[in-house]
Amino acid sequence: MELNQFTAHELLGKLKAKIASPKVILDSLYTRIQKIEPKVKAYARIDKDPAGIIPDLSGLPITIKDNICTAGLPTECCSKILQGFRPPYDATVIKKLKESSAVIFPWKANMDEFAFGSSTENSYFGPTHNPWDLECVPGGSSGGSAAAVASDEAIWALGSDTGGSIRQPAAFCGVVGLKPTYGRVSRFGLIAFASSLDQIGPITKDVQDAAILTGLISGYDPFDSTSVDQDVPDYTKSLTGEIKGLRIGIPKEYFIAGMDAEVKTIIEEAVNKLKNLGALTNPVTLPHTEYAVPVYYIIATAEASSNLARFDGVQYGYRAKTDNLLQMYKLTRAQGFGREAKRRIILGTFALSHGYYDAYYLRALKVRTLIKQDFDKVFQDFDCIVAPTSPSSAFKIGERVQDPLKMYLSDIYTISANLAGIPAISIPCGFTKKGLPVGLQIMAKAFDEEMLFRVAHTFEQNTDWHKLKPKL
Amino acid sequence: MSIDKETIKHVAHLARIELQANELEKLSGELHGILDFIDKLKDLNVEQVKPASHILPISNVLREDKLHVSLTSQKALENAPSKKGNFFSVPKIIE
Amino acid sequence: MKYQTVIGLEVHLQLNTKTKAFCGCSTDFGKAPNSNVCPVCLGFPGALPVYNRQALNSAIKLALAFGCQIQEHTKFDRKNYFYPDLPKNYQISQFDLPLSRNGFLNIYTYEKPKRIGITRVHLEEDAGKLIHETEVSLVDFNRTGIPLLEIVSEPDLNSPQEAFDYLNSLKSIIEYLDVSDCDMEKGSLRCDANISLRLSGAKELGVKTELKNMNSFKGVKDALTFEVKRQTQLLEIGQEMVQETRLWDAQKQLTLTMRTKEGAKDYRYFPDPDLTVFIIAPSMIEQIKTQLPELPHEKMRRFIKEYGLTEYDAKILVSSKNDAEFAENCLQKYPGQDKKEMVNWLIGPLLSEANLRKVKLHELNLEKKELINLIGFVQRQEISYLSAKAVLSQLIDTGKSAQDLIQSGNLQQVSNTDALKQIIETVIQENVKSVSDFKAGKANALMYLVGQVMKKSSGKANPKLVGELIRGRLN
Repeated sequence: MELNQFTAHELLGKLKAKIASPKVILDSLYTRIQKIEPKVKAYARIDKDPAGIIPDLSGLPITIKDNICTAGLPTECCSKILQGFRPPYDATVIKKLKESSAVIFPWKANMDEFAFGSSTENSYFGPTHNPWDLECVPGGSSGGSAAAVASDEAIWALGSDTGGSIRQPAAFCGVVGLKPTYGRVSRFGLIAFASSLDQIGPITKDVQDAAILTGLISGYDPFDSTSVDQDVPDYTKSLTGEIKGLRIGIPKEYFIAGMDAEVKTIIEEAVNKLKNLGALTNPVTLPHTEYAVPVYYIIATAEASSNLARFDGVQYGYRAKTDNLLQMYKLTRAQGFGREAKRRIILGTFALSHGYYDAYYLRALKVRTLIKQDFDKVFQDFDCIVAPTSPSSAFKIGERVQDPLKMYLSDIYTISANLAGIPAISIPCGFTKKGLPVGLQIMAKAFDEEMLFRVAHTFEQNTDWHKLKPKL
Repeated sequence: MSIDKETIKHVAHLARIELQANELEKLSGELHGILDFIDKLKDLNVEQVKPASHILPISNVLREDKLHVSLTSQKALENAPSKKGNFFSVPKIIE
Repeated sequence: MKYQTVIGLEVHLQLNTKTKAFCGCSTDFGKAPNSNVCPVCLGFPGALPVYNRQALNSAIKLALAFGCQIQEHTKFDRKNYFYPDLPKNYQISQFDLPLSRNGFLNIYTYEKPKRIGITRVHLEEDAGKLIHETEVSLVDFNRTGIPLLEIVSEPDLNSPQEAFDYLNSLKSIIEYLDVSDCDMEKGSLRCDANISLRLSGAKELGVKTELKNMNSFKGVKDALTFEVKRQTQLLEIGQEMVQETRLWDAQKQLTLTMRTKEGAKDYRYFPDPDLTVFIIAPSMIEQIKTQLPELPHEKMRRFIKEYGLTEYDAKILVSSKNDAEFAENCLQKYPGQDKKEMVNWLIGPLLSEANLRKVKLHELNLEKKELINLIGFVQRQEISYLSAKAVLSQLIDTGKSAQDLIQSGNLQQVSNTDALKQIIETVIQENVKSVSDFKAGKANALMYLVGQVMKKSSGKANPKLVGELIRGRLN
């Protein structure tokens, strides 16, 4: 096995035992990237030989999504409007990683522009290709991170999740992806999409890596008013390997008519596996599930329309050439933003505008309360909820990008966790006949990431899905 | 609900985005579909429900009135598309 | 009056915290452009706000001083609009749940205090500064993010003078609380006005005109005075008033219309998801209440009661907190129950000295002990009041004792009757007309004659005694 094919915990062991050095690990990554990156395109901009620009090689390299600020390195959210932006500061998670000796990989992972998307087709740099089938999308918006990890172009990676952007690409690419509890990980330095929904999280080859990485990035940050002052446990301690007697709820609203039959079967088999491992599974109801997507698309786009107002050509990024200020704003944003970004900004602006605020934004906030209450109720009697991550496996590039509504509906299972602020993880649990991965989603109550790691790790260690790699 | 082109133009202006005629056309169709879908929220009775502006039960997050190290002007202006001395420069504002 | 003037004032006040509202950058004025900045106040992608505790405390203090009701659950909202001095293209402000409401302050324009309602005091952040050149506009973000309070008055002001007095009352209270520099020249206090006229007795408000660009309290008064005239003229000829914004031109002393904006602005307010709710518990309010100093009107009432001041004199002394403390110190040190003499000295000669030297009363370099000594000399008639005023000036300049200055200046009042009689004879001989005027019953003539004696004695004669002696001599 090549070094880049190992998990982070295995490589950390090798580093500690001095069997491998950071440099040789990095070299094996470059070799791999040189070989398959032209096909996968997991990285946004490959412009320089990274060997020259990594300053201090003391630990494992980690791949960062292009919307997380890395001081001095281009951070562009894969958008033309942030062309050339080099932040003068590190995101808090980056600071924490550097403190733990991680090496920030100088190339950033490809993504849907500003995290708007479920397929990474909305990147200014073109789409990423799913390593399991290059004609398919890797999912989005953290498609680059997921594809890089799946194809061993990265040891591990950070993504961001607002409506499923870590979990869904993890499912499509057959890797592990976790969205932490809202407030668990600092958002300082994450270029905001929807402030009340965004979280940074790990995308990794196995659950143990996810547990380690989550521990490294979590914790209270005085620079983020929405980060919670709660102790970070040692998540690796929750990898007990057993789930006897755990009460698992299976939400009936997540097994609807529109879902892929193959996916349904694979998920049901995975649920059976959990039963065989000693968990008690029972159907539960999350009655307001059908309202999650509309609520999300009002709240998220409303917040995004305000968060993206700062991209106007004044202080950074792209600026349209004109001698009139109003034209500068209008043309910079018309030319700098892609189609999906414009669509969401307009929708969000509309939802907040005079005369529509009550009917849309305020109403959506109220329904959000109802969605949260659905989960609170279930968690009174259940330790976690298990469901599919996505109604389908990876679709073909170009298949849905023309139909925004269809694209939005692929988030149907992941969105609720963001709305309720609870943690959720996706792990590989099977493959379709066409050889595309399927993801199993586990959700737990706020700040109970330990439950997620415990259930996910137990399932993983009793199956082999995580050991399979795409043929590239 | 339907959203007419005039409304979209007005909203685009609020958002400072110039829309081409064909973009306006396409957007109109797309938004129409999306808003129709969003309209199902009207089925719910939310009169007694409090809005969830914040999902976390935290409050009163404050910081002390202490100085930190600011950026140098050079760093602040490093990414500026146009600058003059230590100022950001923008096209003349016509009031 | 045919028309009633209705004025409301909107004041933006910079709080004097060391650091900005949402980040630790300095609030120092006059620094090199774009040097008091960081990713947060520059609105860089990924940056997040955290509110300044001191700013919140100052705001609550001010709201309590105005008798406002404090909102127990308050929050920040985003006010969305595009402008180059607004880095995020939204301002963090407050919309429907402002920090405080329903306060008031009194103005003393008339005999009885007039109560002016304060609709709300809320929290927001300042924008940057723009410098307009011919081809471009330049932006300096140093000022961005400085914590502001917006203080909105009810439309209870009915004249430019009342508006002027309102601003002075406001400034006085703010100074006492020490929450802001209140300096219109430095921009730490800014004021916009709304004015409308209606027929006296009418219930409906007239069409509102917004006035901006006034850079001093006097400017506010002048702009409003101009507007009253302008609007009265228009109403008289039956012109329809249109809601507009006008800018005050201090050079030309007139208001000019700004290009009318397209319709009402849609700021799309919504609760800022990056900031938490603030719960202002009653215990916190009580605690801050204990930090409130004695406010100007309270001190005024106490001065009247404790030191027997008139309302007029008390008003002058309390207008500045430091001056009031200085004055009270003097009054306390002054021996005896009757403080009238000290009051007169404070309001009279001391204030004059301060004005002459262009400083505040409390900045006078004066040993209070010596001041009291000086007053004692006058009371014992050992020195004339006129001479004493000159000594006061020297006390401030030299720091010497009153005794020393009187002796070295040879200012001891002449009360020697013989010496005085001699001078009086000379004056009577030199001023025949005045003498006959006096004999004819003209009271002024005596004063004139006394004045002549004072002149000849280099101010040292005891004027009271002189008057008596002249009367005795001529009768």
